[in-house]
Parts: sequence; C-alpha cells; structure tokens
Amino acid sequence: MSGKTLYDKLWDDHVVYTEDDGSALIYIDRHLVHEVTSPQAFEGLRLAGRTPWRASRNLAVADHNVPTTDRDKGIADPVSRLQVETLDQNCAEFGITEFDMNDDRQGIVHVIGPEQGATLPGMTVVCGDSHTSTHGASGALAFGIGTSEVEHVLATQCLIQKKAKNLLIKVNGKTGPGVTAKDIVLAIIGKIGTAGGNGYTIEFGGSAIRDLSMEGRMTVCNMAIEAGARAGLVAVDDVTIDYYRDRPYSPKGNDWFMAERYWQRLHSDDDAVFDKVIELDASSIKPQVTWGTSPELVVAVDQNVPDPAQEPDAVKRQSMIRALEYMDLKAGQAITDIAVDKIFIGSCTNSRIEDLRAAAVVAKGKKLADNIKLALVVPGSGLVKRQAEAEGLDKIFIEAGFEWRDPGCSMCLAMNADRLEEGERCASTSNRNFEGRQGYGGRTHLVSPAMAAAAGIAGHFVDVSSWEMQQ
Amino acid sequence: MRAFTQVTALVAPLDRANVDTDAIIPKQFLKSIRRAGFGPYLFDEWRYLDHGEPDMDCTHRPLNRDFVLNKPEYKGAEILLTRENFGCGSSREHAPWALEDFGFRAIIAPSFADIFYNNCFKNGLLPIALPVEQVDELFKELTPGYQLTIDLDQQQITTPSGKKIAFAIDEERKYRLFNGLDDIALSLQHAEQIKAYEAERAKRAPWLFTE
Repeated sequence: MSGKTLYDKLWDDHVVYTEDDGSALIYIDRHLVHEVTSPQAFEGLRLAGRTPWRASRNLAVADHNVPTTDRDKGIADPVSRLQVETLDQNCAEFGITEFDMNDDRQGIVHVIGPEQGATLPGMTVVCGDSHTSTHGASGALAFGIGTSEVEHVLATQCLIQKKAKNLLIKVNGKTGPGVTAKDIVLAIIGKIGTAGGNGYTIEFGGSAIRDLSMEGRMTVCNMAIEAGARAGLVAVDDVTIDYYRDRPYSPKGNDWFMAERYWQRLHSDDDAVFDKVIELDASSIKPQVTWGTSPELVVAVDQNVPDPAQEPDAVKRQSMIRALEYMDLKAGQAITDIAVDKIFIGSCTNSRIEDLRAAAVVAKGKKLADNIKLALVVPGSGLVKRQAEAEGLDKIFIEAGFEWRDPGCSMCLAMNADRLEEGERCASTSNRNFEGRQGYGGRTHLVSPAMAAAAGIAGHFVDVSSWEMQQ
Repeated sequence: MRAFTQVTALVAPLDRANVDTDAIIPKQFLKSIRRAGFGPYLFDEWRYLDHGEPDMDCTHRPLNRDFVLNKPEYKGAEILLTRENFGCGSSREHAPWALEDFGFRAIIAPSFADIFYNNCFKNGLLPIALPVEQVDELFKELTPGYQLTIDLDQQQITTPSGKKIAFAIDEERKYRLFNGLDDIALSLQHAEQIKAYEAERAKRAPWLFTE
C-alpha cells in the first residue's frame, strides 16, 4: 500500500463518520468568524433555538468593514456600523471571544489566526471567507465556507464534506533577486489557470517553497483559492514549529512537546501518490504583474500585454478582449509603460511584517511620483502595525508620501471607505483583480509589495529585480 | 430550504467564463445582515448603467439593455446557461442567495468553483456540470423561448427536441436537495458520534481541548 499525502493524513484525523457515497462529517478544530458572512448564521441559530456546540473553538474579529483612519470616532457608514455591532452582539450573546475594533490584536482574520497561534498545524480551520486557505501554510487543513456552513459549524463543530483530490505543485530550484512568494503564486496561477485547482487540495512543495518564511508560505496558500483550490498546504518543518513557539494560543508545557511530536509527522510520505503533479522552475520566475480581470491573466514585468488574436480558444479570446477593454489596455503594450494612480499595500495576501519590510526597502529615502494620487499601507493587524513602528517602517513610508493606516481588509475589496474611483488604476498587493473589486470601475494590477512600492516611486510598473540596483 | 424535484423553465444564456461572485453580487450589498432581498442587485454592475448601493429602489435605475437578463425574451428565466468556472472567487453565499431570489432554480456550466457549488445546495439551487461540448451545443441551440426540463430524480435534462442529457450528482447532495432537508438537523442526529470523536481526539491532541 502506498503512503499518505499530507492532505490524506489531515483528512483521516478528522473524520467523524463517512456516508456510503463518500461524503463525510469532519470535525472542525478552529472556526474563525467575521462580520460579513456570520450575521445570517447567528440568526439561523437563534431561530432554531440552537447554541454553539463548543463556543471556545470560535474566534471572531471585524475586519472587512472597519475604517483604517480615525478609528476612535467609530464607523461613519451606518450600514457598515450595524454589521460590526451585530457581530459584537452575537459574540456576547453566544459566548464567543472577539477582538474588538480597538483591541491591539484586531486585524485581518487570516493574519491574526496564525499570529495568535489560534490556527495551528494539524488543525482543521474554517471561516466564511475564501482566503481561509492561508492557514494551510502551517500544515493545517483550512478552507473557506458559505454562511449556511458557518451556521452548521457553530451548531455541530462539524461540516459535511467530500474529500478532494491531491495535487502537488513543486517549485524547484531557487528564485532570483526581487522574486517573492507573491510572484511564485501568480506564476503558478498563470500556468494552471483559475480553474486549474478545482476539485483539488494543493500541496505546495519543492525547494523554493521550503526556502520561504511562514509569511511567504501564507502568501502562497492564500492564493490557492485563486487557482481554484479551496485549500492549499505546506508541510510542517522547523520553520513552522519555530513560528508557533510562544504564541498566545499555542500549546504550553507538556502539551507543546506532545504537539511538536504530532506536527513532525505532518508531511506527505515519500511514497505518497498524488492525482496530479505540476512542476515549475523557480529560477525562471520573474516579478509578475496581472494585466486583466482574472488572476490568471498575468505576465512577467518585462513582457508585453498579450494579444487576444494569438489565443486559439474562442471563450478565452473573448475573455481577453473584454479584459483589455475594461482595463483600458492595448495588446502589445509594455507592462513597464503602464502608469498607475493608486498604490495599495495590504490585504490577507501581503500585509504581514515581512511584506511591509520588503516595501519599505524600496521606498526608503524616495518620494512617490507626481502622478500617484494616493498610496496606502495597511498593516494586517494591530500587532504587525506596532512591530513595523518599532522598526521605523512607518516613518519610511510617511516620508516617501505613503499613508500609514490602521489594520483591516481595506481596499482589497473596498467595503470600507478605501476604494478606487471609476477609471483609476491601482498597483495592489491584494489577491483579486475582478471588475469593480476595489471600487466601481476601478482597475487592479496584482503585484508583490516590493513591486507595488516601486510602482509608487516610479509612477509606472518597473522590474524591481533590476530597478533597485540602478537607484 | 425549497426542495428541487422537476423544473421546466426558460433558459437565459450568460456567455462568459470565470464569472466571479463579485460580479454576481458586488461587495456593497454584503453589508446586509439579512438573508433575503438580494435579487434586484444580482449582477448589479452588468445589469445597470449606474452604481448600485444597498437598499436602493431599482425600479427606476437605468438598465444596460445589452445585458442578457434585461432582454424581454429572457424575462422569467429560471435556468442559467453559462461557461466554465462559474462562481469563482469569494465564498459569499450572497451569490446563490441573489440568484435564487432573482428566480433561478438551476445553473448549467462546464464547471463551477468549489465553494459556490457547495453553497448552491444549501439554497435549493441546482448547479449542473456538463461536458464542455454539451454546453457548447446548448448555447448553439438556444434561441429566445428555449426551455429545458430538469428532472433531479432521473438526473436528466430534456431539450425541446426531446433529447435527453444525463448529469452526475452526489447521492447525499441529491437526497438533501430533493427533499429540501435541513443539514444541521441531520448532522445533529450524529451527536453521540461527534462526542465520541471529541473524547478520543482529546487523548491524542489534548492541547485542542484545554478550554
């Protein structure tokens, strides 16, 4: 019999029972809750007279609607305010721990989970948010769910699931200078497409993934959903275990040693069989920039906007033509000739301390170009913000002309006041470039933090891997 | 949840691949704490020429006449025919809520994003994945007034010419959708098994059971 993949091990450890057709009731170790996808779930519990199965396994935080300025004044938009207040009331009523808006530990749900040690290796982690895949970086089985499932987890601490297939994406070799986790994952999506991972759990492996920090691995797993997979995984190693030592919710004392022993077996066996394996050469990956309205419409920064006429598939060709029109770009245009209006450094993809450091290295001692209307740096949590300030990163950004904000989802999806105006173009470290995502009629280009900062300084896209040296 | 047994209805074609949930229901409408009332804002940015906001009265908003759901010949459509990877992106269940509230009962496409696919079954909405060639053929056959009959029990679609197309669906999902069953009540029938699992797991992973 062949060995097990990491996903097989995580799945087997959480099955409560399996139906004849293969669907299973699986146990959920950690449920993260935010204000947007939970109100109807709590309402459902209330209407049915149910209570949470294990309230202590839930952790709540408001992140999507929170303002990133003048937080002491509360939320100006009454509709946003009601949603956040509803979360506060629901958590109080059902006995769920919540980090409120003015708590230092508040932040983007996918940043604070690992930061607090509330999401750990070997756990099943769910949240009513597709970017829950982020937590797979620790060797946890983590995936996004809908509101009906949020209610189901609250009421039963379980979910009905069908096991996905196993996909291994191996990124071999070493990345070149200026190439980050974000570029790796965008290159992967460019190769396999946004539906490439549908029906699979992706394990990311290979030396270029092993060489990443936990923050980098989180960036890669975060965008597994943009490759179509609900869950992304990275095997546990010393980097993982060192990261979780002494986190507030991490196991303590003897529990720690027991957990460490268990976590060390959280990798795919040498003889494990995957349903599909895809390999990439890290040395061939360059800094990436998306040019269209789907994350798969991506090229290296030294390339040109592709020509739909060269695309043989009719459905894809139509998508490309529509994307060029929406993005107001022309086939053949050099990516480095595209000027931007706004810069957004933040989101659950790229708002951790390492991301802010990478952007600060580029911004240090420079000024934003004259054509930049607004450049936001939005740390992923209150603790990331404090750490960055201790390192003086806030001053570097402010001196360069960036605004230094309070933590939240912010302009990744523009549910708060931070957004693009119609026709504006943004270099963004977030995860989705869909039509209207960052504001009605706004145009989004997804890039790494260093690439976003460099676009802010130059006023247009530049290749950080060579540009930094010339400055 | 409304049960799905058999539906005979008008089909509307949405000839786009990778239709994401931000397009199905834009983020400003996610601020609602209710579960109903999303239908008027379905595909808001494609359907209207102005910018929609929550609680807006849509009866006098300027319509994008080129958008398929605004064409009189597709009024009352309950089946949506579309392209690959429908429902990709955000996990928002507001997307199936909006489709269902608008009047859709079924969606036919070559493939669906996993979370969206799952969410449909919680809301009486039937997503049907067919081979890309069959979807192509339906797009070619489709003219205004085109109706399909979908029979969940038989797992079969019947075209106006009487042609039968079989589709696959998990037994468990089919059973729940066909009967309109409440997932939570069914899972809670296994409460003793959940407790037994917790007791056994607490021995293996006590750090998860400290509080």
